[in-house]
This record gives sequence, C-alpha cells and structure tokens, in this order.
Amino acid sequence: MLKKIEAIIREDKLNDVKDALHAVGIRGMNVFEIRGQGRQGGITLAGRSGTYQVDMLPKMQINIILSEDNVDETIAAILKGGRTGDAGDGLIFVYPVDEAVRIRTGERGHEAVMYPGDIDEKKKKGAA
Amino acid sequence: MANPISAGDTAWILTSTALVLLMTPGLAFFYGGMVRKKNILSTLNLSFIMMGVISVQWVLYGYTLAFGKNVAGLFGDLSYLGFSGVTGVAGPYSSNIPHLAFAAFQMMFAVITPALITGAFVERIRFKTFLVFAVLWATIVYDPLCHWVWGDGGWMGAMGALDFAGGTVVHIAAGFSALAFAIAIGPRKGFPKAPMEPHNIPYTVLGAGLLWFGWFGFNAGSSLAADGLASYAFVNTNTAAAAAAVSWMLVSWTDAGKPSVLGIATGAVVGLVAITPAAGFVTPLGAIVIGAVGAPISYYAIRFRQKRNLDESLDVWACHGMAGTWGALATGLFAAPEVNKAAGLFYGNPGQLGIQAISVAVTICFVFLVTFVLAKILDGIMGLRVETLEEEVGLDLSEHGERAYS
Repeated sequence: MLKKIEAIIREDKLNDVKDALHAVGIRGMNVFEIRGQGRQGGITLAGRSGTYQVDMLPKMQINIILSEDNVDETIAAILKGGRTGDAGDGLIFVYPVDEAVRIRTGERGHEAVMYPGDIDEKKKKGAA
Repeated sequence: MANPISAGDTAWILTSTALVLLMTPGLAFFYGGMVRKKNILSTLNLSFIMMGVISVQWVLYGYTLAFGKNVAGLFGDLSYLGFSGVTGVAGPYSSNIPHLAFAAFQMMFAVITPALITGAFVERIRFKTFLVFAVLWATIVYDPLCHWVWGDGGWMGAMGALDFAGGTVVHIAAGFSALAFAIAIGPRKGFPKAPMEPHNIPYTVLGAGLLWFGWFGFNAGSSLAADGLASYAFVNTNTAAAAAAVSWMLVSWTDAGKPSVLGIATGAVVGLVAITPAAGFVTPLGAIVIGAVGAPISYYAIRFRQKRNLDESLDVWACHGMAGTWGALATGLFAAPEVNKAAGLFYGNPGQLGIQAISVAVTICFVFLVTFVLAKILDGIMGLRVETLEEEVGLDLSEHGERAYS
C-alpha cells in the first residue's frame, strides 16, 4: 500500500527537515513554496511609517510518496527536524495513493518509489 | 568681443543635465518596487514615458511658456517656440553657458515633475488618460509655475521668494497635485483592507540610490556654473540626505521597533527634497537640521494619510509635498548671507520667512485646485481609472499586454 505524506513546514526549517529525512533514508521528495494561514495568524512587518500585518505567510510544502510501512519513521523525522514549539510549525497529512509509475522504466507500485540506499534497503540489510 | 562662454561651466551643466535625466528612471524603480508585481511595468512606464512626452513638449512649447519673455509676471511668451532662438550662444539666463544648455538642463526638471505625481495613482490609472493629463498638467501648471519662480519677471521671483533648485516648482507642485489627483481618482480596489505589500524593496533602494546620485546635478547644477556655490549645493545635498536617512531610521526604530530599510531609503529621498530649495542658500550645518527635521515631518504625514484612509498610494504628498514645504520655509530660516547673499530669520531677516510662506501657500492652492479640476474633467471625458477587472488583473497585462516576470 502506497501513501503520500504532505508536510507543511516553516520555510527556515526546510534544511533541518531534509537532513532528518535523509538520516532515516527518505530520498525522493518534492518541495513547493506556498503561502497560507493557520493558528500562527499573521506576522507584523516594519513598513515605511510604522508597522503592518501580513496574514498569508510563506511556508514550504514537502510531498513524499512511500510505502505504508515507512510512514511512522518519516513522520517522526519531520517532527524532529521541523519543530520549534511555537505556533506556525505546520501540519502533516497522510493520504492513500492508488498507483505510482516510474516513467523511465515503467516500474509500478513500490518499485517505482524505491531509491538506492533508501529506507527500504536499510531495513532489508537490517533484517539480513 | 571675447567668447563669454565658459568651457568648465558648460561641461558641468551638460553633465548635470544627464544626472537629472537619470533621476527619472531612478524614480521609476523607487516607485516600481513599492507596487504589487502585476503593476511594475505600468509603474516604471508612468515615469519613463515622461522622458519621451515631456522632452518633446518642452522643445515644442514648454520652454517658451516657462522662460519666454515675461507676460504680466504669469508666463512666458512664444518667442522660443520650437526652441527657435535657443542656440549655442549665451542666453538671457546664462551669460556663461549656451542658452541651449540652460534649456536642456531645465527640460529634465520638467520631465521628472509629472513623473513624481504618478505615485499617487499607480495600479489603477488609465494610461491613455494619464498621457493627456501629463501634457495638460505640464502646460497649465508646471510651465507657468516655473515662470513665476525662475522666469525673468515672474512674480514669485520678483517678490524675493528663494527656491534654489525647485522645492516649490518641482516638489510642492508634485506633492500637492498628487494629493488632489488621489482624491479625484479614489482608492485602489480593496484599499485599505487588502494587503498591498511592496513587491520588491531592493528596487526601491536601488531607485533611492540613483535619485541621490542624480540629485547632485539637480541641486549643484542649479548654480548654473562650476563654482563655489555649486560646491555648497553639492555638499548640502549629500548632508541633508544623510541626516534624513539617519533621522528616519531612528524614528522608525523607535516607533515601529525595527529600522525599516524601505523607511531609510525613503528618508534619504525626503532629505533630498527638503534641501532642494535651500541647497544654494544654507550652510552644511543648516542642511543637517533641514534633513533631520524633514524626515519625521514626512514620517508622520504618512501616518496622518493612513489614518484618513486616503489612498495616495506611494505618499508623494507626504514625501514631496510636506518635505518640500518644510524645505521652502526652512530656507527662510536658515539662509546664510555668507553662502549666497540671502538671509533668513536666523540671520536677522524675518521677512524672508513671510515671503517663503506666501510662495508656498499660493503654490499649494494653485496646483491643488488646477490639478483637481483637470482630473475631474478628464474623468468625465475619458475616465481616470481602468475597469475593475483590468485593475484586478493588473495594469501590466491589461494596459500594456506584457508581464514583468515570466
């Protein structure tokens, strides 16, 4: 069973989250620059005269397609890399995925989202 | 008879002319950074096209309306129509430089003044109407006002009003015209609730730098010679800009908690505005006071404008109108006889402040009324603003069929 993790994180936490994901063996991901609002509300910026409020804040979104077995480790890595403890740290969503196809090889399903040295290979080596 | 034209003076005035020209694209970037990215090309162009339209207007008939032979102290006659008689020999305003160099130098002032006004109505102005407005405004506001102050026999100059490089003619005129136009055209859709953040503050800082650089031509060139007075104007220009940038930084730091870079760049421009009428009349210490006081005046004028919910979008009134007014009055305070023969209140001549106040008050009333009526007439005939949908899409696409960033 394939899953999609969609994580909305702080812009400035992208590197920490990416490092934490690499550490557990997550290789494939897409990153988007997004804007949004949530519990953090707005931020105050200095303007020409005085300050002003901005309520659509820049965030990063990371999408990862992976095996159901790897979801927990991945969420733990994102929490480890992305958390500051203040409002605005973001949210993680998990969705089912019907199919994945690697265009170069035509591989489908789990095969399509596996990478050399990734979390699945690590687990295999651990079991062997 | 020996040729009275000075090579040194002519070289400096031609150089200054080019420096003042550069201020208009500088202004374009100063303004362009402060609008939303869907309107940057439109905003740049509102300034840039003035180099086209007003340069031609000035050669054809603008110069003669401003500097032709005096008619009743109000405007110039048509003796220099199409620059006829404006040649490479000395003219009535310049025994030391060619008449043509003087006319070209003045051309750049005529170009930038309507460009300054455009900050009032960015992001919603109908371009076609703006072109008509700019030509008419130059003809019935700028050219006569320029004659009043600098034309031979103009009534303000004859009264003894001091305006070294255009505090009244350029900055008060642009600032209060901007206020009138903003009231006539109304706010941008969504103002003040929708966020209208500056999309590229680096452009604004770049523009402020170009303005600062070009302003040496504006003020020190206004000496019309490469001499000691030009040196005073040069140093005063830099000093006032510096003092105002620092002063704005401190006000913003105290008031907003952080020293805004947009604010510091704005402060520098406000200092340049404030020193413009005084540049050739005050000492460098006077310039520090003029710059340092000008910054909080404009800072709190912006606040006043914001509280009134008036969408004078890029604060031309607060920055040019109010700092220009302060500079014109300050000239009546700080004019030092050792610089340029004129004395202000602090040098025992309180009457000068009164003369300055009259010239300021008349200029404000004249430009505000004429601009407001002109804008309202054009609104009735052509429409001042684009359709709502065009405004939402942005003027780059709807007015120019282009986009800045692809």
